Amino acid sequence: MSRYLVGRLVQTVLTLAIMSLVVFLLIGLMPGDPIDLMISGDPTMKSEDAARLRKAYGLDKPLLERYAAWAFEALQGNFGYSRSFGQPVLAVLWPRLLNTLLLAGIAFVLSVAIALPLGIWAAAHPRSRADYLINLLCFAGISAPPFWLALLLITLFAVELGWLPAGGMADIRPETSWNAALANQLRHLALPVLTLTLVQLSGYTRFMRGAMIEALRQDYVRTARAKGAPERIVLWHHTFVNALAPVLTILALSFGGLVSGALITETMFSWPGMGKAIYQAILENDYNLALIGLLVATTATIAGNLLADLGYAWVDPRVSLSAGEA
Amino acid sequence: MIRRIFFALLTICALASPAGNRTWAKDELVLAMTQMPGTWNPIISSMLAKSLIANMTARPVTAYDANWKLVCLVCTELPTIENGKARVIDLPDDGKGNGKKGMELDVELRDMRWGDGVPVSARDVAFTLEVGKHPLSGVASSEGYKRIIKLDVKDDRRFTMTIDRVTFDYNSIGLQLLPAHIEKPIFDANPAEYRNKTAYDTQSTNPALAFGPYRLVEIVPGSRVALEPNPTWTGEKPYFKRIVVKIIENTAALEANLLSGSVDYVLGELGLSLDQAIAFEKRHGTKYNVVYKPALIWEHIDVNLSNPLLADRRVRQAMLLAIDRKAISGKLFDGKQPIAHGGISDLDPMFSPTARQYGYDPVAAKKLLDEAGFATIRNNVRQNAAGERLSIELGTTAGNRVRELVAQVIQSQLRQVGIEVRLKAEPPRIFFEAMNRRNYGGLGMYAWVQRPEGVPRSSLHSEEIPSAKNGWSGQNYPGYANPEMDKALDAAERELNFAKRRALFAEIQRLAADDLPALPLFFRVDPFVIPKPLKGVTPTGTLNSSTLWIERWRWESQ
Repeated sequence: MSRYLVGRLVQTVLTLAIMSLVVFLLIGLMPGDPIDLMISGDPTMKSEDAARLRKAYGLDKPLLERYAAWAFEALQGNFGYSRSFGQPVLAVLWPRLLNTLLLAGIAFVLSVAIALPLGIWAAAHPRSRADYLINLLCFAGISAPPFWLALLLITLFAVELGWLPAGGMADIRPETSWNAALANQLRHLALPVLTLTLVQLSGYTRFMRGAMIEALRQDYVRTARAKGAPERIVLWHHTFVNALAPVLTILALSFGGLVSGALITETMFSWPGMGKAIYQAILENDYNLALIGLLVATTATIAGNLLADLGYAWVDPRVSLSAGEA
Repeated sequence: MIRRIFFALLTICALASPAGNRTWAKDELVLAMTQMPGTWNPIISSMLAKSLIANMTARPVTAYDANWKLVCLVCTELPTIENGKARVIDLPDDGKGNGKKGMELDVELRDMRWGDGVPVSARDVAFTLEVGKHPLSGVASSEGYKRIIKLDVKDDRRFTMTIDRVTFDYNSIGLQLLPAHIEKPIFDANPAEYRNKTAYDTQSTNPALAFGPYRLVEIVPGSRVALEPNPTWTGEKPYFKRIVVKIIENTAALEANLLSGSVDYVLGELGLSLDQAIAFEKRHGTKYNVVYKPALIWEHIDVNLSNPLLADRRVRQAMLLAIDRKAISGKLFDGKQPIAHGGISDLDPMFSPTARQYGYDPVAAKKLLDEAGFATIRNNVRQNAAGERLSIELGTTAGNRVRELVAQVIQSQLRQVGIEVRLKAEPPRIFFEAMNRRNYGGLGMYAWVQRPEGVPRSSLHSEEIPSAKNGWSGQNYPGYANPEMDKALDAAERELNFAKRRALFAEIQRLAADDLPALPLFFRVDPFVIPKPLKGVTPTGTLNSSTLWIERWRWESQ
């Protein structure tokens, strides 16, 4: 097990190193540089200003030379400054990462907690009214664009009913008591979490339902029933555990996407998270910020895959993580 | 499990109260805008989002007010030739200004104090100029700083500055002062690192960075900024005890926040789009005053004069005649967006009504196209004798819904006279890179932001054509070169006499209207959706935004 983990760690470091080069080159090869954007917005900029700024930001050097300089600094723990925020990249990204993990993490837990029982229920009662209703709602959830869903929820709960804030983060002041602060935070989280949860749980429910139906057709389930095992045991002990492996894959991959995948929800609810930060950084040619943001997202995806592998071994004893068998 | 989730949801709903969206007292104002400022240093880069907030905490030395008149904000009196505080002088023979004329300006600063009590002084002016001129400081445009070649400090509040040229806008001193007592040690330690170490970004809520009516007290990156009154402010006492500026990038969400009461007022300069404001006024006009302020933002189409199909000015004139701008404004903007006859607004004192104005005349357009050699029509598209189809690409910025809509209408209208337009919407960074490198297909639709009485040198002078030789600087994206225009632009910049300058501006507008290196479309209108009890908000329509006078904003019962 430990050899396996060390091997995966080495793989992760190599992948990140390759990804950093690929992302750096891709961003660098995109048309336009930060100085072009400055020129288009400031008619008083002269040629000497452009040359001076390109030199100051190191943009006058070849791309590979710039990458080598960046990698050298990064290896010493210096990830550089965000050009658009004028702050160290980590100082810009860290609070956003926490915001995203809070929002997407709650939504992820909620959607999994709702989707798994719903999927199992639907699979256990195929072609029932409840199954049709769950399927209908799932298809509606999958089809509804997050942008539209967010706007609908804002209009209903913030504009019409006035129950919840339309967006932003809680304004917690030093004089605010902890319970009032918590309530305020929850109220601000409610709509973005609801949007993300609704979007995610539809897919998860469908996956869970499909995996369960597939497992329920297996011989060992028929055998268990023939032996007179109670339906609850058949469902949870024999079927659910076996149906979990493919669902774990989906969940683990989704976990990786949590870090950067909530762009639309973050934008609609003015939630300052990673998705928005990476998107803006790419649009504004903020190389350092975009690069580190994408590498954090890559790391999360790799971690998600690792979790999936560990999850397989946990739910299926036939899977071994020993060297050569994984 | 389901029961637990249900109870959790009920708890959240119980925590919510119908009136709970705005629980703060009404001596607080919640504003919103669509963009988060980047660096807070006022001179490192120019950004509207930053200036909207920075205007509450500090002021430029001079600014244009709502009537587009230059006024003193940090100085006591505007230096002019008439009051003797501005003089034309012979520049000393120092190897740079040999034989040239320049100007001297006597300036006195108002009695103002930074938030820590240190007076705003001539030392701050000297330091700001030092940073602005330093090659490593990271300041975007050093032009405004470099033209001040000498600063004679008389005492803490009085100084004389010498500028390296005779120019009509000599007393427009847009300097945003830096607190020398805070920033100078940081700058002196390493000028190349100043842009990363500036106190504006490392200690943004330091009171010593503000001398305006408010100071920053909280910044939640990407979410909101909070300000409270600056106790050392010496001007009119501000009304609000706290101002919160929320950042809401999506304009539909912005509107929902306004309607839900989460936001009191959306800053007109960076808020709702015009079509949104028009629809909003129809639905909620009883609660809000909607002010449509014509701004100096010129929506136009640059014509790439290197494209042989567009080289003949009769083709360009025909295109403008074939675009029904009045109908576009009427249908898409409820007639609120004024038609542009050129790059100078009708409201600008320098506007000339004698320059050629183009109405909608498709018959005249067809005649001009015939004369230009595009007389044959095949498959509804005109061709010249060489068989070249009059098919042109029109690029614009993707994501600007209104602009994309206008592009579609123009495509349809030009098709009526036999011009095929291929639309191409690209992300701004890609679009502007193509414009800047002058490798755009034929037409590029976007906007320029101008200032009152501004000479349009950067977009019309031949020296401003971007090229590899000049580091791709300049905004003359069409590649327009006309010696007569260059002469008029150079003279207009130097002319101090208003009437003579106006005559030169008339010549500039005449040449631009005849040659049409850019097809004028509209002057953009900034919609200000102001709640009726909020008084004192005066839209300016210029880059000197309404927040420069934030101390006058107040709630007043109806």
